[in-house]
Amino acid sequence: MTEKILMKGNEAMVHAAIKAGCTFYAGYPITPQNEVPEQMSALMPKAGGIFIQAEAELSAINMIFGASAAGVRCMTSSSSPGIALKQEGISYIAGGELPCVIANVMRGGPGLGNIRASQADYFQSVKGGGHGDYKLIVLAPSTVQEMYDLTMDAFDYADHYRNPVLILADGITGQMVEPVELKDYKPILELPSKSGWILDGCKGREPHVVKTLFLESDDRLTKHNIHLQEKYQRIKDELCLCKEYKTEDAELFIAAYGITARVCKEAVDAARKLGYKVGIIQPVSLWPFPEKIFAKYKGKDFLVVEMSCGQMIEDVKLSLECKGKIHFMGCGGGWYPDTEQIVTKVKEIYGRS
Amino acid sequence: MKDDIKIAGHGGQGVVLAGSLIANAAMDQGLETCGMVSYGAEMRGGTANATVIISDKPIGSPVVVNPTTALILNEPSLKKFEESLVPGGIIIINTSECKKKVSRTDLEVVLIPATEIASELGNKKATNMVMIGAYIKKRGIIDIQVAIKTLKRVLGKKPELVEINQKALIKGAEQCM
Amino acid sequence: MEEVKTLKGNSMHYCTGCGHTIVHRIIAQLMDEMGLREKAIASAPVGCAVLFYNYFNMDIIECAHGRVPSVMSAIKRVHPDKFVLAYQGDGDLAAIGTTETLHTANRGENITVIFVNNAIYGMTGGQMAPTTLPSQVTTTTPKGRGNNFEGGPLKVCELLSVLDGPAYIERCAVDSAEGLKNTKEAIRKAFQCQLDGKGYSFVEVLSMCPTNWKMDVKSSIGFIDKMKEYFPLGIFKDVRNER
Repeated sequence: MTEKILMKGNEAMVHAAIKAGCTFYAGYPITPQNEVPEQMSALMPKAGGIFIQAEAELSAINMIFGASAAGVRCMTSSSSPGIALKQEGISYIAGGELPCVIANVMRGGPGLGNIRASQADYFQSVKGGGHGDYKLIVLAPSTVQEMYDLTMDAFDYADHYRNPVLILADGITGQMVEPVELKDYKPILELPSKSGWILDGCKGREPHVVKTLFLESDDRLTKHNIHLQEKYQRIKDELCLCKEYKTEDAELFIAAYGITARVCKEAVDAARKLGYKVGIIQPVSLWPFPEKIFAKYKGKDFLVVEMSCGQMIEDVKLSLECKGKIHFMGCGGGWYPDTEQIVTKVKEIYGRS
Repeated sequence: MKDDIKIAGHGGQGVVLAGSLIANAAMDQGLETCGMVSYGAEMRGGTANATVIISDKPIGSPVVVNPTTALILNEPSLKKFEESLVPGGIIIINTSECKKKVSRTDLEVVLIPATEIASELGNKKATNMVMIGAYIKKRGIIDIQVAIKTLKRVLGKKPELVEINQKALIKGAEQCM
Repeated sequence: MEEVKTLKGNSMHYCTGCGHTIVHRIIAQLMDEMGLREKAIASAPVGCAVLFYNYFNMDIIECAHGRVPSVMSAIKRVHPDKFVLAYQGDGDLAAIGTTETLHTANRGENITVIFVNNAIYGMTGGQMAPTTLPSQVTTTTPKGRGNNFEGGPLKVCELLSVLDGPAYIERCAVDSAEGLKNTKEAIRKAFQCQLDGKGYSFVEVLSMCPTNWKMDVKSSIGFIDKMKEYFPLGIFKDVRNER
């Protein structure tokens, strides 16, 4: 076993990014993700990369737009209200097909909300957020090790598909300290050459233009949209990250992602001791949503647990074609589930059915 | 085996380092561990608290609502956390800075004049180590020798601090003999 | 006209008498003269100049409204040996992108910003710009600027010149043969400032927009004189030799 060290989830993302060859970070302070810019400011220059504390979230995301167009692996991070501000730039980055990694360490909302952990930015992350028809690849870590592993992989997904990747974490995953193995970087996908589109001066070649405007009266923007949709379909066909826990003989399936899935795991063990056959389906890629995994269990009873007022539940219902009973447990504003509450809910569902 | 530990005190008492040492020692001993430090506005106003979970199985929720053990470094922390402990939990109190008595009767109480002990050893800042020593001995999950090794690793960059902290750790453990 | 390699040579979409055409040509001539085309990355800003890449024969990035300075800061940091040109209009630079402008200048990013100030929003059809003159009638100041808490013209050169970051700041106008000559020299100095690694350089160009000013070309040139009352020409900062 390789040596493990203890660190916060936020710090793990920084180490993973630098190991993966990220050489540009721009960000703005906001709790609970401040360890990311802080660690980046210390480690990025040592790794020969660039760190910029931007004057605003909009500036930070547009620096990422520029850095990605310039051809380097780049990353920004923030927490919910800050990610909301970045949406303009995210739409341009997705439209321009620029690879980059964005981390959202979610906190309570709406508005300024609070600084407790939350999962209320699910819709924003997987359904759009900014303007236009675009998709982000969205990955949801539930341990500090996954904060590391998924951040590292995110750079490969971004480059492979020329698409922004969002790490959707939360205040707890960002702040908690766990042992982590700082694995070396090895690409998990084929990484296409960027030389055909990056901006580095047109010496010896035709000029490159990075743009998202298609003013022409013909159907060029429509074609661009069709091209994007074809890419998204390819990602849907190829990318499905999901974990199952004790689903083999389960009668009731809990659907939960990120930190919530961990609490549910504890609850499943407790419920099984009481004789309830419960299992978990934990989506790790939230977009593409692991529809095919859910589809296997069409017609079964489900309990969706989220630290929101019910967002992922819509994708669960769609994947199950609304067959079977689909229950919900969750709340916004920094609500956090505990094992006992979940077990009580399981008992309730059993009592009812 | 699982222990949900709460460490609480005021800023400057080394609450964060204490949590880090317990978590590191648990890791060095091959146990699962997960820690959390209060952050943001919560840490303003002079109070600090950290939680560490140590277990021989993968850890579910990283949040500790009802600790099984509490290390209380000052009086406000006793007020804040006494009620939350599980019945039968262990509460270790730094009596140098907490004169108040534990009112619950269903807890195992360990009283240690940790700050005085640390001062006698030559550095008041080692209060946290005295408390950890007592914890290790009392709870019996972490091996004191592992903790000493961990201490040397964690303080690798400041070897001058190892000796006093090691002494404090041992002294704390002796209080629970 | 002589062939300019940095331009593609196609006809531009700008209106008759528009200053953008002139400023484009000055920039392209200088880039030819200074051999910058092949090492350049420029911005296409939101506004009339958004189709910049249709005319310029070099690497170009089209940016969201106001965000040019942030995008170009990043590109320059990634490619410090390349030539980075930010081209912006008044709404882009001094209204929606004021934050980016101010902080990019303050950081002293080693880029060159060419600011085309025509005191109006051109592409959207003649609304009030941050640099619209007092009493100037626009489609959103029907009674003239200043009657409804619109404030006065934002003086960007003056604002930026108090910062430590910038190395060179000058304001010119393309309303005459001499103005053109001065503008070209100012931009040349700004370009050289970046090539010498001296830091942020900024040239504001007072420029005509006869269409949205609702004037003929001749009157529009006269309007520049009025602009100069609020936007005096000259060098506002030059610390190139101190760096």
